[in-house]
Amino acid sequence: MTLEVRDLAYAYPDGTQALFGVNLTIARGERVALLGPNGAGKTTLVMHLNGILTAGHGLVRVAGLQVGKETMGEIRRRVGLVFQDPDDQLFMPTVREDVAFGPANLGVRGAELDRRVAEALDRVGMRDAIDRPPHHLSFGQRRRVAVATVLAMDPEILVLDEPSSNLDPASRRELAEILKNLDVTVLMVTHDLPYALELCERALILSDGVIAADGPTRDLLADEALLTAHRLELPYGFAIPASGT
Amino acid sequence: MHVPDGFFTATVSIGAAVVAAAGVGVALRRAKQELDDRTAPMAGLVAAFIFAVQMLNFPVAAGTSGHLLGGALAAILVGPYTAVLCVAVVLLVQGFFFADGGLTALGVNITLMGIVTAAVAWGVFRLITRVARNRAAIVAGSFVAALVSVPVAALAFAVLFAIGGTAPIDAGSVAAAMGGVHVLIGIGEGLITAVTVSSVLAVRPDLVYGARGLAKPLVLRTATGEQVVTAPEEPQAKPIRPFLVGAGIVSLLLAGVVSFFASGSPDGLERVAEDKGFLGQAGDHLFGGFALADYGDVGGIPVGVAGVIGVLITLAVGLGIGYALRRRRKVTT
Amino acid sequence: MGAGHHHQLFRAGDTVVHRLPPQCKLVAVVAFAVVVVATPRERFWVFGGYLLLLAAVAAVARVPARFVLRRMVVELPFVLFAFAIPVIGLGERVTFWGISLSVDGLWASWNILAKATLGVIASILLAATTEPRAMLLGAQRLRMPQLLVQIATFMLRYLDVVLDAMRRMKVARESRGFQARNLRQAPVLAKSAGALFIRSYERGERVHLAMLSRGYTGTMPIYREISADVGQWLTAAALPVAAAAVLFLS
Ligand SMILES: Nc1ncnc2c1ncn2[C@@H]1O[C@H](COP(=O)(O)OP(=O)(O)O)[C@@H](O)[C@H]1O
Ligand SMILES: [Mg+2]
Repeated sequence: MTLEVRDLAYAYPDGTQALFGVNLTIARGERVALLGPNGAGKTTLVMHLNGILTAGHGLVRVAGLQVGKETMGEIRRRVGLVFQDPDDQLFMPTVREDVAFGPANLGVRGAELDRRVAEALDRVGMRDAIDRPPHHLSFGQRRRVAVATVLAMDPEILVLDEPSSNLDPASRRELAEILKNLDVTVLMVTHDLPYALELCERALILSDGVIAADGPTRDLLADEALLTAHRLELPYGFAIPASGT
Repeated sequence: MHVPDGFFTATVSIGAAVVAAAGVGVALRRAKQELDDRTAPMAGLVAAFIFAVQMLNFPVAAGTSGHLLGGALAAILVGPYTAVLCVAVVLLVQGFFFADGGLTALGVNITLMGIVTAAVAWGVFRLITRVARNRAAIVAGSFVAALVSVPVAALAFAVLFAIGGTAPIDAGSVAAAMGGVHVLIGIGEGLITAVTVSSVLAVRPDLVYGARGLAKPLVLRTATGEQVVTAPEEPQAKPIRPFLVGAGIVSLLLAGVVSFFASGSPDGLERVAEDKGFLGQAGDHLFGGFALADYGDVGGIPVGVAGVIGVLITLAVGLGIGYALRRRRKVTT
Repeated sequence: MGAGHHHQLFRAGDTVVHRLPPQCKLVAVVAFAVVVVATPRERFWVFGGYLLLLAAVAAVARVPARFVLRRMVVELPFVLFAFAIPVIGLGERVTFWGISLSVDGLWASWNILAKATLGVIASILLAATTEPRAMLLGAQRLRMPQLLVQIATFMLRYLDVVLDAMRRMKVARESRGFQARNLRQAPVLAKSAGALFIRSYERGERVHLAMLSRGYTGTMPIYREISADVGQWLTAAALPVAAAAVLFLS
């Protein structure tokens, strides 16, 4: 078992409570989609997975390690988080420095660092942009570099917050190809249901701060009443026959 | 108010640079306590915000417009030390990247717009919010603090100018003109600062440094309906004393350094030139009389008088400190 | 106020000036500005010499005069102020075309205009030949405190993002008929400023979180160092040394 969340509740400092007791378990090598409408608490949950937010109540465990002050360094090495807005993630002046930031914080230096940076950028097909400032890249390119910044840290679990949002169809497809070819545990937050179906065999629905459903993606998406109850819907003209038929 | 090169003599510029460096040094150490390891990214974004906000022009009166200086706003939103850093970085970037504000005048600019503005604004704000700690007091305090900070910075400029300015203008009229215009600008600054602070208070009260301690306790409900209450983070009651003492030292330093250089001796480099005879020619030709005019006596005000004005301002700050400290002792004991 | 995107300040090129390490250029420009400011104002020809020196630098760096002139508008407010000094100045007066002007004021006005202009041109040339990122690395090499360098780095990275947000808010205001005419409209601007602060600050929080999630513990890893050799320092020193030579030898 790689990732375990128990009874997680959390309220922001301004008093808004976002999570009301979340329970979930993800095994090594699984690809899981976390579905849910806007404001369901998906981003808030994701921020707990590598200790950026710390549980108000309940606990998070990664590979048996409980997220807490002492384990923070180890947890952040194992769990890589790709933020929703690549402008938040790419804060350094050049792509090279940005991708190097993570491994350099892990103590990697010199030629090994250069190798990691080049390799991570190769995996997302952005090697040519290595010396460009991130804010000169297109949105889709920035999203890919954002994935590279996390891959360079060699994480065991990759957590992506709405990776397909704001992408044009071609960039969306390119990113899907990249994600399919990674062999790490993936938790992908999205309300792009076809994307979840394409990339993840299992899905969770987070609604009003609790997990409302958990099962094979295909089954959840075929249950129209379930989707409607949680403000989710498939794109027009898109239908999924229930599995086993 | 971005002073260019050539406005002040080289010695005053260097003296102000020393003061600015000392002030920024103190701020560097203290800002980490205001924001811990968030300092760099947060202050960077706040600096970008101040840079942007300085482009907001607001009409003052009949055809003139002012723009926000932002020092007071920054002090209330992120704390005085972080504010000094933000404004200093904004000025450095404006000087080196945008050629806005002279490189040799950076010391003067940072001292006036960063240190003096933030110190005055924070001092005034603390004095007001000490009396009453609620939203209205914070908004009112922001208004007064920003309003006062602008003309005081302008007066500090006038004092510097009387001592080490390069133009023969009556120091009194500089002070009057600068003060007058800047009271108007200060009203604009105060209004914008107060409304800005109030609109941030409405949405994210936890972001307003000057409003720490107003947070309510957090109530968490779990899936089973049980309630967990966490006390709000203690608004670490940071004593105002070190801040005011620091501000006092900086202003003393300012007065000291500046009046020392203004003691009637020519500018350092000019003096070298003179000793070596380069200025000999200038000394007895037609312009010689004017050339030396700004050494002994500036614009009709003897330097001594200007120095006294500076010291008086410093004293007033000092009295404010004493007052604040006494009030504080009463509260804490 | 120098509005606009900061990448328009830099003109890519491959000249001696562009290739100089940034720390050398920073020191050279500041030293030059100090020499200019310390020059007695009655030495007309010396200021002409300085201008020629800057023109030579611009020529070597292939920065066109048009570019420099266009960027010199930042100086404008103080040009206006400088023109006012002779009118309000004290002391002996002369009459020019019926206007009574202070002689000393004329000198002061000339002093400020000459020195401010030379300083502005020097900074424009520095920014035109030095990438913003390199400038920060140079400042770091010159032992500017780490924290200040970092703050400036983040500021430059997000300046365009924040300015864009501000422009969008302005468009949104104006497309609904708003115009800032007098002080009474200030509250509307202030509300935008408040919203802009929240956006900037929350962006700062998210950036901090993104940094934490990649192992940030309070210090930035230093990834790139630019070192300078003696030859480069000497090349950069040419500007301030030549200026000092003009001052002392003329
Ligand atoms: N920094 C914050 N401060 C206060 N409330 C927040 C903050 N971030 C999110 N929220 C609130 O928490 C809830 C969950 O938000 P979020 O986790 O971002 O949802 P999602 O990612 O599913 O759209 C929302 O009601 C949102 O308004
Ligand atoms: Mg979200």
